[in-house]
Amino acid sequence: MSELVLNPTVAHGAHETAHHDHHEQGFVSKYIFSMDHKTISKQFLITGIVWAIIGGLFSVFFRLQLGYPESTFPWLEDILGRWAEGGRIKQEFYYALVTMHGTVLVFFVLTAGLSGTFSNLLIPLQIGARDMASPMLNMLSYWFFFGASIVMISSLFIQTGPFSGGWTAYPPLSAVGDMSPGSKLGVDLWITAMALFVVSSLLGSLNYIATILNMRTKGMSMTRLPLTIWAFFFTAVLGVLSFPVLFSGFILLLFDRNLGTSFYLSEIYVQSTQTALPNEGGSAILYQHLFWFLGHPEVYIILLPAMGMASEIMSTNARKPIFGYMAMVGSMFAIAILAFLVWAHHMFVTGLNPFLGAFFVLLTLLIAVPSAIKVFNWLTTIWRGNIRFTPAMLFALGFVSLFISGGLTGIFLGNSALDIHLHDTYFVIAHFHIVMGVASFFGMFAGVYHWFPKMFGRFMNNTLGYIHFWGTLICAYVIFWPMHYEGLAGMPRRYYDYSQWQSFKQFGELNELITIAAIISFLLQLVFVFNFFYSIFKGRKMLVQNPWESNTLEWTTPINAGHGNWPGEIPEVHRWAYDYGKDGVDFIPQTEPVGKDESTHH
Amino acid sequence: MTAEKKKIHPYKFTLWVAMGSMLMMFAGFTSAYIVKRNQANWQGFDLPSIFAYGTVVILLSSVTMQLAVKNIRSRNMQAYRQLLLVTAILGIAFLAMQWTGFIQLNERGIRLIGQGSNVSGSFLAVIAGMHMLHVAGGIVALVWMLRNALFSKTRNYSAVPAEVAAQYWHFVDLLWIYLFVFLQFVS
Ligand code: HEM
Ligand SMILES: [Cu+2]
Repeated sequence: MSELVLNPTVAHGAHETAHHDHHEQGFVSKYIFSMDHKTISKQFLITGIVWAIIGGLFSVFFRLQLGYPESTFPWLEDILGRWAEGGRIKQEFYYALVTMHGTVLVFFVLTAGLSGTFSNLLIPLQIGARDMASPMLNMLSYWFFFGASIVMISSLFIQTGPFSGGWTAYPPLSAVGDMSPGSKLGVDLWITAMALFVVSSLLGSLNYIATILNMRTKGMSMTRLPLTIWAFFFTAVLGVLSFPVLFSGFILLLFDRNLGTSFYLSEIYVQSTQTALPNEGGSAILYQHLFWFLGHPEVYIILLPAMGMASEIMSTNARKPIFGYMAMVGSMFAIAILAFLVWAHHMFVTGLNPFLGAFFVLLTLLIAVPSAIKVFNWLTTIWRGNIRFTPAMLFALGFVSLFISGGLTGIFLGNSALDIHLHDTYFVIAHFHIVMGVASFFGMFAGVYHWFPKMFGRFMNNTLGYIHFWGTLICAYVIFWPMHYEGLAGMPRRYYDYSQWQSFKQFGELNELITIAAIISFLLQLVFVFNFFYSIFKGRKMLVQNPWESNTLEWTTPINAGHGNWPGEIPEVHRWAYDYGKDGVDFIPQTEPVGKDESTHH
Repeated sequence: MTAEKKKIHPYKFTLWVAMGSMLMMFAGFTSAYIVKRNQANWQGFDLPSIFAYGTVVILLSSVTMQLAVKNIRSRNMQAYRQLLLVTAILGIAFLAMQWTGFIQLNERGIRLIGQGSNVSGSFLAVIAGMHMLHVAGGIVALVWMLRNALFSKTRNYSAVPAEVAAQYWHFVDLLWIYLFVFLQFVS
């Protein structure tokens, strides 16, 4: 009797039959409306890549404006039309670009593209399950994301342009249509897309949680799970508990926009129409509370999967067990709890009661403890390791470097007294791009290089991988390091043209340098994209099942596994995932029974 | 062995997690409510008594839903279908009563939305309105199950769908009781 029947969680529903006749599937059910978690994961990844190119290109456009505020680029007009008349990006469009860049990268790339790809790929494969708890919901999760993408894209092509009030969508810019062109239809499309996105994310997370808790193979206790799975688990829990709160904030916003309520609006005079709005008694700060209650957990939704993958990849490539497995799980747990208790550190200057602020300072700085534990454990894991510098390993190491650099500036910002000076300056931009943006991208790249053979049965090109890594690492620091100085000098974020200010004129050349580095880094990402698509078809073929000599279960599946993952029974697990270099044996897969004279096992 | 220890059906488990998620959305609303209530310009008002009657109706519908589950477990299809129908009708009655409550408030001069509305009224509209959408979703599920139970092609004696639906239905019921008590005493 196969495990499939033994395991009650998959023993019903039509998809069971699908396991057995997948070779008869048509193109549509195999590649488009597929319920196979491996295919859905590729769909998330490729959609994420497309979004990353779009979002990255936007940043190149607005960096051109920031680096060369005096110049014109006629070719911009050819691409962007009336948004860049005369070759210079218009003010309204500049704000739209910044807003879309933030929204797209935070939500569509680093949430859907990262979690969606790797939770889908790795959860069933690493816990030993044939698929997700509900393959149907899983498929819907992708298609809601796809719908969200279509709606978001369509807002780029409307007359009044996409939403332009910043990725955090604070009212009144997001609530009152007359505020700016981007506050009109663009906002409605933005909110619709985000609502679809929230549904997609919830469906996905529900599934991840149910699968991890219910569908582990025989012997796979929670404490034998690879750290990747723990990370995906906490990510999903954060998503399930925080996205609905964002959703409630959006609903109130929709009411204010369309039904004349005053949740967020009070005593507003609109310049463009010379009218005073009738709304009274609302509070824009209320929105900020609802937004950041999601917003802060969201940054960890983005970071945790990268942490999990970096842990796994570093242990495999250092040929050493992960140091402090339980401490790693414990600190992820602590991070997940604290993530819900610190949202007001984004609101220190909103008139928050300083007494209350003191608690948020304390709780915020507490995050440094589990963060430091993780860093310590990563460093001790590679300490005296027998390191294999694959591109994946390099990106995992780069992740740790970026996490340290960006985490340190968080400690500055977490002190409310310092934050009064630093809030809304380039210091914050530097902080979160390093610690969240680039670090999570590095985690994602590490994951792609590492699991590409599992996804496509071929390897990515290493040389291009090394160029991609070193180039991106250098560019990332050249772009974001100087921004700390600009921020300390008080240079505010979200301005269109800094050359208008005497005090910021000194940064003219620095801004040029940043722009050049940004363009180079964008081109380097195209190297990655080329490598990715080229290798799908032409990459070096994977000839052995377990190329990295890794312990985890995904490498026990056939090179091109069908729906159901294992042709025969699902293997049983006898040990944790990190028996590297134990008793002089290089690696012992999880499926290996414990030997008679093995030293104490986990 | 893991597979045998786990008694809870995966759909029910997933629904539990989803319930936590829905609860968070309403927690978002009610905490926003508390924050706003403590600020200036808040106009408190009493809920019309029809909201209390509606609460009784939805409580009753939970009882009929539970009876429906009991009957499908003992393969008593006739009673099962009838009870499903009664539950759905009670659900629709609940929606109608909530709507009537909105209209009565409007007649008393308390605007919920639009010009002249106060945040307190708007919150009622949003909170009760979102809850009504959840109830409506439950009614759709009940009608779907009724359809399945009526036609021999789709008939199925498994109690699982009914149990999952009941879990959801009790959830929206308890959710409303929480919201009702909250609106009654916090405003
Ligand atoms: C020791 C750890 C950290 C501390 C103490 C910390 C503290 C802060 C503070 C106080 C702010 C608000 C600054 C302001 O707007 O004035 C902030 C902004 C931000 N942080 Fe961190 N942070 C830490 C780690 C992280 C991590 C790990 C991530 C992401 C993975 C992250 C992502 C962000 C983002 C996205 C913003 C800005 C959002 C925006 O305003 O657009 N932070 N951080
Ligand atoms: Cu934060």
